[in-house]
Amino acid sequence: MSTAGKAKRRKRSQLSLIWFRFRKNKLAMLGLIIFLMMIFMAAYVSIFGDYEKAITMDMPNKLQTPSAAHLFGTDQFGRDILMRMMFGARISLSVGLLTMVLSLVVGSLIGAAAGYYGGKVDNLLMRIMDVFLAIPSTLLAISIVAALGQGMFNLLLATAVSQIPAFARVVRSAILTVKGQDYIEAARACGMRGGRIILRHILPNAMGPIIVQATLNIARTILGISSLSFVGLGISPPTPEWGSMLSEGKTMMRYYPHLILIPGAAIALAVMSLNLIGDGLRDALDPRLKN
Amino acid sequence: MLRYIMKRFLMMIPVILGITFIIFAIMNFTPGDPAKLILGEEATAEDVAKLRTELGLDDPFLVRFARYVINAVQGDFGTSYRNRQPVFNEIFDRFPTTFKVAFFGILIAVFIGVPIGILSAVKQYSIIDTISTIGAMLLTAMPGFFVGMLLILLFALKLNILPATGISSWKHFVLPSLAVASVTMATFIRMTRSTMLEVIRQDYVRTARAKGASESRIVFRHCLRNALLPIITVIGMNFAHQLGGTVMIEAVFAIPGLGSHMVTAVRQKDTPVVMASIIFVAVVAGLMNLLVDILYTYIDPRVKTQYTKG
Repeated sequence: MSTAGKAKRRKRSQLSLIWFRFRKNKLAMLGLIIFLMMIFMAAYVSIFGDYEKAITMDMPNKLQTPSAAHLFGTDQFGRDILMRMMFGARISLSVGLLTMVLSLVVGSLIGAAAGYYGGKVDNLLMRIMDVFLAIPSTLLAISIVAALGQGMFNLLLATAVSQIPAFARVVRSAILTVKGQDYIEAARACGMRGGRIILRHILPNAMGPIIVQATLNIARTILGISSLSFVGLGISPPTPEWGSMLSEGKTMMRYYPHLILIPGAAIALAVMSLNLIGDGLRDALDPRLKN
Repeated sequence: MLRYIMKRFLMMIPVILGITFIIFAIMNFTPGDPAKLILGEEATAEDVAKLRTELGLDDPFLVRFARYVINAVQGDFGTSYRNRQPVFNEIFDRFPTTFKVAFFGILIAVFIGVPIGILSAVKQYSIIDTISTIGAMLLTAMPGFFVGMLLILLFALKLNILPATGISSWKHFVLPSLAVASVTMATFIRMTRSTMLEVIRQDYVRTARAKGASESRIVFRHCLRNALLPIITVIGMNFAHQLGGTVMIEAVFAIPGLGSHMVTAVRQKDTPVVMASIIFVAVVAGLMNLLVDILYTYIDPRVKTQYTKG
């Protein structure tokens, strides 16, 4: 009991140390604040208006410039752009997070197995990952959408598959660094099995680089989803999604630039905040890496 | 040296086979019957069955995969379901356009990004460094196709000095290439800056400074030469990536390249075209990386001795 309490206390103090370093990084804090605001917006957008408002057409009010009733104006179908942008955040962030979880779990398992067992298993798994990495990620995603058809779940799968190798690599190298430590040997001597050692002892100690990778991964997924939707292979209209909003606004942008500026800015803000958090976390977790 | 290149070529074969297998396996999940797609909706069941045997669609998965590879090795990647033409006719027609956009984009990114990266490393924490870091941060966050739309808005619609769509003259390639360059440039700035900063702190740089070498000689001869290797790796990787990533840029600028071809093929469920295009780009990307590796041996004599010995 006492050892568990001790371990917990140590962990907390380390966490607070990381938080302390992260907090001193102004850019990272800015990223965190923007990201939290986006999460809040995505979670509570229903307070400001119904989903109906974001998808039902209202032709008499089409293409309005920003006003008190429509803060960001309306699009060519008379839908409120602010509402669409906020519901778009819901889609981008939830697909981004789910994709991250999916590729994190699969990638970690592959990377952990490769790093822990080494030898032939390592060679085989990592060569397979290399092949996946050799296919440009956009093309891999397109081919999966081509095979499975459009839709939220298939899009999630398509973006997740192309992110798996990155996680596998990070986890593998993290495991290789902690593998030789005495406490792993001790766990093995106690008769623990491979899977349990990986889950209980190795992964928690390799968490740092994995978290950084996960943050950057969400940013990349948000870009990926909007790209696919932009060419019409992702989330299809009328569902509000930033990429498809850009695609719809493209034809009208000459006279109504706000149609593309707002969804574009939303993508940029989301991606930038996540990149800032990722960089900040990397510096906070390992101050030696900071140059 | 030649042996090393040969060896690298041979090592590419399993990778290409692996790529083909993955894409083939993914495409295998495509719902719908290709025979029905070819013959149209009003085809009789017998005709469909006959064509299925003809195309070998009823064979087991591995048999079909082996047949695809054997035909592919002989240069036959199948025919399009839509126009019954060999798939590579159109791929070869369209690839140069995509290649040009990606190539010019990378070129611009290198010539702007690398110098800025060097400058902000040499003058670390100066105004220039801050501006370029913030600029790189913004560019990384904006998707290339959004930058492309902004460029159209500014240069084509407001200032009216460059065309927005089409490919009929060199002017048409300026904006798409800039759009491709935007994200890549940010990567190059960050990469160049961080590798240069690493090199600047090395002992041999201090030695060079101590013996009285001029600042420009130190930066270019001593630092850049040693920082070049990782920078070139990133350039090569990005070029390979851009060949597959111009899909969205092509959509913005209405460029009839390989990317837009692929998107059309996906919408029409034209599996042979999708497959051949993806395999083709992946192979070109692989060759690109090989080229970069060979380039290493010329830039860094240490790499060369490593291989000529072994």
